[in-house]
Amino acid sequence: MTATPLLAELTFRARAQAHERTSTCPCGAATLADRPDATVVRHADTVAKAHAPDTTPTDLTPRLTTAAHLPDVFLAPLTPTATPLQSRLITFWPYGAPVDPDDPDAAPWEAAGTLLARLHRTPAPTIPLPPMRGPAKAAHAVARLRDAGPHPAVAPVLHAWSRLPAWARAEAPMPDTTTLCHGDLHLGQLVRHPAPDGPWRLIDVDDLGAGVPAWDLARPAAWYACGLLPPDEWTRFLTAYREGDGPAVPADGDPWPALDVPARALTVQTAARALTKALARDRPLDEVEQSLVDACARMVSVPPQLAPSSAK
Amino acid sequence: MQCPKCHAPMHTYNRNGVQIEQCSNCRGIFLDYGELEALTRLESQWSQPAPPPPAPPAPAWGAPHGGHGGHYGHKRHKSFGHMLFSS
Repeated sequence: MTATPLLAELTFRARAQAHERTSTCPCGAATLADRPDATVVRHADTVAKAHAPDTTPTDLTPRLTTAAHLPDVFLAPLTPTATPLQSRLITFWPYGAPVDPDDPDAAPWEAAGTLLARLHRTPAPTIPLPPMRGPAKAAHAVARLRDAGPHPAVAPVLHAWSRLPAWARAEAPMPDTTTLCHGDLHLGQLVRHPAPDGPWRLIDVDDLGAGVPAWDLARPAAWYACGLLPPDEWTRFLTAYREGDGPAVPADGDPWPALDVPARALTVQTAARALTKALARDRPLDEVEQSLVDACARMVSVPPQLAPSSAK
Repeated sequence: MQCPKCHAPMHTYNRNGVQIEQCSNCRGIFLDYGELEALTRLESQWSQPAPPPPAPPAPAWGAPHGGHGGHYGHKRHKSFGHMLFSS
């Protein structure tokens, strides 16, 4: 990993922030992520994040404020507002222990379901909060796929996308504008704080906002539907969500009328990302990626189910 | 042999291939070493194996067999392992 000026400066800022918190810093430092959309470094028990280049204070500040007010759901930021750094916005967080990527079987599916139910039951904040960004990110992934070049798998993915309702393609407001949603749930969004065995909390506020809460369940739902996530893990997640009185799906019975559209959108998004990446590296799709494309192809012959909430 | 309880004579019966002695008076039953286990084994063969739990509902566009027969198994596919942690 090349040390960019941003990474170097962010590392320096994390150290300064950490030393402000404790005079006995062991100075263990690490780069947790260095991607176009986020650079994250750790220094002892402090984490500094440089948000995506297009992030504005108008969007980020209310998201930070919302997370800070929900310490039972979100890891609380160390600073209430973002700091500008080299045309980026940076924020500081306490370090939380993530899910071990080498041991996804230890994934805290119950905690994920419980935290989402708690988040979705939280009354929407009184401060103006931008919409949950899930559909916008899916649209972005599809736009990148359109530019990625010809491939036989592109057509079924784009076709499945075109069959989704406008709100799921970020071309119309979402039918729910009051429920708080995370917007980008996956196993990398859960940490234990205090590390290593504190309670699980959600991280990453960049997509937080009001929207259709089923979107937060839709990535695991899509994985399950595509035959990737085993039924028992899906059931553990969904059961915990229902036991937490999560409002995205009915308390019992078939959850798919509510999950169908978001799960299709997440399947398309994931397929689009995988396909774009495979095209860029000029490599074939692996069997997991192919199973997402196959699901997109099957979607075309089955019209989307209308959730009760989207019918109002 | 005689019944150890009422001392009446015991008769040998064959129950599903297991020899058991039953008292002609009090109907008590005497089992030799291993015969109880043999009977228990036979009984478990009679009871039906528990049906597998029904798969949770899945959409019609999902993987064939309602989410079964997919790519999960004893070892998770590396590509999916990465997907679990990605936006």
